[in-house]
Amino acid sequence: MSKNKHEAVFAPIGLNYDNNGKVEKSVDLPPVTKKKHKSLGLSEDDVVTMFRQMYLQRRFEERAMQMYQKGKFGGFLHLYIGQEAISTGTVFALNERDDIITAYRDHGWGLVRGITANEGMAELFGKATGCSKGKGGSMHFAKTENHFWGGHGIVGGHIPIAAGLAFANKYKGNGEISCCFFGDGAVDQGSLHETLNMAQLWKLPCIFVVENNGYSMGTAAHRHTVGEIYERANGYGMKNALFNGMDAFTVYENMKKIADDVRENSIPYFIEVRTYRYRGHSMSDPQKYRTKQELEEYQKTDPVERIKSYILDEKILKQEEVETIQEEIEQEVLDAIDFAEESPFPEPEELYEDMFAGTPYFHDRQ
Amino acid sequence: MAVLQFREALLQAIDEEMERDESVFIMGEEVAEYNGAYKVTEGLLDKYGFKRVIDTPISELGFSGIGVGAAMKGLRPIVEFMTFNFAVLAADQILNHASKVRYMLGGQASVPIVFRGPNASAGQLAATHSVAYDSMYAHFPGLVVIYPSEPDDAKGLLKSAIRCEDPVIFMESEQMYGMKGEVSEEKDYIIPIGKAKVKREGGDVTVVASGKMYHVAKKAAEVLAKEGVEMELIDPRTIKPLDMETIIQSVKKTNRCVIVDEAHPYGGMAAEAGFLIQREAFDYLDAPVRRVTLPDAHAPFAKNLFDLWLPDAKKVIDAVNAVTYRN
Repeated sequence: MSKNKHEAVFAPIGLNYDNNGKVEKSVDLPPVTKKKHKSLGLSEDDVVTMFRQMYLQRRFEERAMQMYQKGKFGGFLHLYIGQEAISTGTVFALNERDDIITAYRDHGWGLVRGITANEGMAELFGKATGCSKGKGGSMHFAKTENHFWGGHGIVGGHIPIAAGLAFANKYKGNGEISCCFFGDGAVDQGSLHETLNMAQLWKLPCIFVVENNGYSMGTAAHRHTVGEIYERANGYGMKNALFNGMDAFTVYENMKKIADDVRENSIPYFIEVRTYRYRGHSMSDPQKYRTKQELEEYQKTDPVERIKSYILDEKILKQEEVETIQEEIEQEVLDAIDFAEESPFPEPEELYEDMFAGTPYFHDRQ
Repeated sequence: MAVLQFREALLQAIDEEMERDESVFIMGEEVAEYNGAYKVTEGLLDKYGFKRVIDTPISELGFSGIGVGAAMKGLRPIVEFMTFNFAVLAADQILNHASKVRYMLGGQASVPIVFRGPNASAGQLAATHSVAYDSMYAHFPGLVVIYPSEPDDAKGLLKSAIRCEDPVIFMESEQMYGMKGEVSEEKDYIIPIGKAKVKREGGDVTVVASGKMYHVAKKAAEVLAKEGVEMELIDPRTIKPLDMETIIQSVKKTNRCVIVDEAHPYGGMAAEAGFLIQREAFDYLDAPVRRVTLPDAHAPFAKNLFDLWLPDAKKVIDAVNAVTYRN
């Protein structure tokens, strides 16, 4: 590195080149809620279901990672591990018919919105029995009948689409709201800014949620974007919030309040949820942009461990009962792997299926 | 038959479909209070109100994406671009999302949306306002591309486009909006997508031309007729699906073909149709297929250069003379 102070430097210098030995956190986590489940309006069953859902997402992805490493399937694999409290807290806060749309880190979202472990694993394997018939793969999980609109692979591309879902809800007056999730990398896309402007101008009932996991692929948040992310909404006069995404109760409490406001007043909302991605951006990421110590710091706040400890501390379940749940889920995931392996690949004719809702047309099809 | 301007025919189509189906709405820059940059949407705001006729900011990417999302959730948006030259800013939504969402989600969503507005050049507007994009969109699977040349086609095809279950690119021309023509008064007049029309019969040469180029070819046909050369003029009307059957049938009759295309030469409709003609009608050809296109250069501003750049009747006549060995 040149020490010439007149030499041009653009993005702030990253960890690889300027590591003074201390742990630098890429995101600061706001405090979690102190409320217990009862005062949040959650039953003991709800808490157990939350745990089940989070544990399923975690084990599904850990096993998926193994299968990927064994070469069982190709493509990209972006893991949600560490962020499960956000998907789980959100689905509990929303109505079943509210729309959810997300980017390519979508497995957790699919699982909490009714994609079975079988359908999800089969999609990863590119099998005909996958949730998207093996045509979308890891980045395009979807279950539109449950109002989960996917899994989208272009950073920021689904943000205006979320506003479009909200537009349709407002147009139809059906009382449904839309919720759009994306990473901190997407906040730099023009699509976000165009959409925020129109959403506020047209009062679209849409919640835009930045899952700030600290990294836009391998670029730390402070190296790719300026200022506080949630404060950007102020420029559009849009209501906004910042909260901790490592605790399902905190996510639930905030999302519930915000969803009620959005539904009742037909307004958009902009949220930054701070979380942390344990794994690399995708499977090919050597993660040289962060220290091991940083990762370990965040793993102390693990959302799955947190809810498990809560269940034990509050004596909602006994240790053995928790273990039974874990074993059941482990089996569910292992069965899903078998299901995926045994499922057929799509038939060759499927290449041309699902292109058109109306009359199909393929130019020069031989 | 009623005589209508091109813009009036489009307006009738939009109005009739909005009246028929509550889920149809229109949005775009200046479509509502301004009554349309080219007055295609004149009067719609007064009739349907602010819920269904929506002025957008100048955010092509954003409002196109809102259209895609609204279509996925069951509405039928008509998204107007002030010109397709500006739709380049919305390319991610049209090419990556509108055309692909259904396939990627394994058929779990559909996107019945119409993106419409003027295409190609409109006089001396320089390079960024003068590009014909029909061939580019036709390249992508899953998109229907329509580029009509006359008010009657415009009305019948726009109604079909709005009813289409899949994304449609519907192209017009600033220079044709005021053009008058007879339009069917048939109730609920629909022209099926993907059908070319033989607009002039002739036995000496087949000429294929759509949109604004149809009128250039028509002018050439009138001149050539005086010289005893009878052109068969085919207007494909839809660029994709391209009705090759009608074109091939004509070429087999005339044995000669010229394709007029307002795109640049590389990979345009003319290139595609020309390839298919040589493959399907090789033994019928008495001369290599010729094309008249824009050059591989940007639209210049200067009047003299612009006139050199844009295909005109003379260039079509020259090409016809070449394939009929009259020069």
